[in-house]
Amino acid sequence: MTSAPPASATAATASDDTVGMDYLDSLPRRILVTYLPLACFIFVLLFPFYWMAITAVKPNDQLTDYEHYSPFWVVEPTLQHIKYLLFETSYPGWLWNTVVVSVCATALALVASVFAAYAIERLRFFGSRWVGLGIFLAYLVPPSILFIPLALLIFGLGIYDTKLALIFTYPTFLIPFCTWLLMGYFRSIPYELEECALIDGASRWQILTKVLLPLAVPGLISAGIFAFTLSWNEFIYALTFIQSSENKTIPVGVLTELVRGDVFEWGSLMAGALFGSLPVVILYSFFVDYYVASMTGAVKE
Amino acid sequence: MTDHAGTAGRAPAPPSFLSRLGQSRNALGLAFMLPAGVFLICFLAYPLGLGVWLGFTDARIGRTGQFIGLENYQFLWIDAVFWLSVFNTLLYTITASILKFGLGLWLALILNQHLPFKAFFRAIVLLPWVVPTVLSGIAFWWIYDSQFSIVSWSLIKLGVIDHYINFLGEANMARASVIAANVWRGIPFVAISLLAGLQTISPSLHEAATLDGATPWQRFRYVTLPMLSPIISVVMTFSVLFTFTDFQLIYVLTKGGPVNATHLMATLSFQRAIPGGQLGEGAAIAVAMIPFLLAAILFSFFGLQRRKWQQGGSD
Repeated sequence: MTSAPPASATAATASDDTVGMDYLDSLPRRILVTYLPLACFIFVLLFPFYWMAITAVKPNDQLTDYEHYSPFWVVEPTLQHIKYLLFETSYPGWLWNTVVVSVCATALALVASVFAAYAIERLRFFGSRWVGLGIFLAYLVPPSILFIPLALLIFGLGIYDTKLALIFTYPTFLIPFCTWLLMGYFRSIPYELEECALIDGASRWQILTKVLLPLAVPGLISAGIFAFTLSWNEFIYALTFIQSSENKTIPVGVLTELVRGDVFEWGSLMAGALFGSLPVVILYSFFVDYYVASMTGAVKE
Repeated sequence: MTDHAGTAGRAPAPPSFLSRLGQSRNALGLAFMLPAGVFLICFLAYPLGLGVWLGFTDARIGRTGQFIGLENYQFLWIDAVFWLSVFNTLLYTITASILKFGLGLWLALILNQHLPFKAFFRAIVLLPWVVPTVLSGIAFWWIYDSQFSIVSWSLIKLGVIDHYINFLGEANMARASVIAANVWRGIPFVAISLLAGLQTISPSLHEAATLDGATPWQRFRYVTLPMLSPIISVVMTFSVLFTFTDFQLIYVLTKGGPVNATHLMATLSFQRAIPGGQLGEGAAIAVAMIPFLLAAILFSFFGLQRRKWQQGGSD
């Protein structure tokens, strides 16, 4: 990675015939300017995952013995860490909590966002532009300045240390995001369709459920996938609002319960991290385009 | 559009209250906004106000606070740890954002070229952003281990260094390490967002510039960059916001240590408020982050304005 920039710079200045589009570039130049940096990027970006996976299946004696075993490979892969994780810790419970909280919070946020986005974008009620701006600003309010007062609020409501605390607080960052995204989607659907439905005597509710929503399914999937991964990744609320082990989510559980004392169980820690990441990665791999659309959509709008 | 509502309301029979309600866009708008509005007011706007109020009180866990005016802020003003955290936050945000921007733009430019398996590369590049920060943070924790760090081991085997690097145990090394982890996680977001911007730039502009004899650098400087600047400003605002309010990575890797050398404002606020029990003081630190966030938001706002102006639209 360190050798790439000077190499590409010299390649650019040395060859005079590089003016032109990509397809005119010579192969050695392409290797230096494109493939080598790309390989470095990919290596650096993916190495932690490889390291996570290889550590998760290493027997304990190979884990720290770099003299006799190459650290980059594993000789006799073992499932002992994964077995320990699944049967001797509360890991399956955390996994279940994370799924429940993420699904409920996402569903709640999606329903509220569909209505809000429709109202702002299509009903154009008095002050809707300001509400839209408010939604955007709400998206920019970070959890790290909200968690202290929210903790008090959660405590006052009597839902401290329950899944409900997370299900109610996650929509604070999901609703602004989903609404903002869906507003963009609704805007792309031709208004004429709605006018036709109005002339045919459809109510606003019918327009929303029978005309707009079927057309906005890609947007709903994008928003849903992104919201799900956002709630899966959430940490500071889960750390603050959850006390008991059986209610923890994956990120909090792995960090606070698997790290005990001075001796780190690196194998099971890595297995925990790996299995906690897999659900979102699998979901992501099925919906890459939707995910990218929602990520860039939120920025572009 | 008001015409439609008007003609629909002029029904033969005098419309009932409910059907009139169904025609009023304001009433309907209110009804449709209700679920989101209630949530955002209860769990976002109210806590935001409550947080500001808490900053003026001496609330502790289990005890509602008394109003003490600016005492928390006066205390913070002479608190060296607080100022260290402000310095760390600025250093962390500025360094990480510049690196993320530079490397992200570079990666975006690479991915924008004609490549085999482009979609596949794009998909795996985004992985660090998709995986929960805490979990990849744990992987970095293991990579940064003082005794069994794979980075140290590889560098020793390559003959670059002769002893294990104490990644997280030494102040400046720890700062560099958490910044590196943050950059690792942030590059995909910047790269993929900028890639989306790059793909909207028409290739004919580049062809025209090439015909006029522009070098690759000139094409980048005078075609790509100006076309990309609106999206750069938005992406970087988001990136700066996320970095400035970062909590997870620091909490996983160092918990603010060694000797507060990596404490960010967010982690210090958590440290004082939740384990320390000083809710008022923690809230005051959180409130002290707001001016910086407002600055970033205003930056974004003017970025968006410029975009509209560039497109020649007034709306």
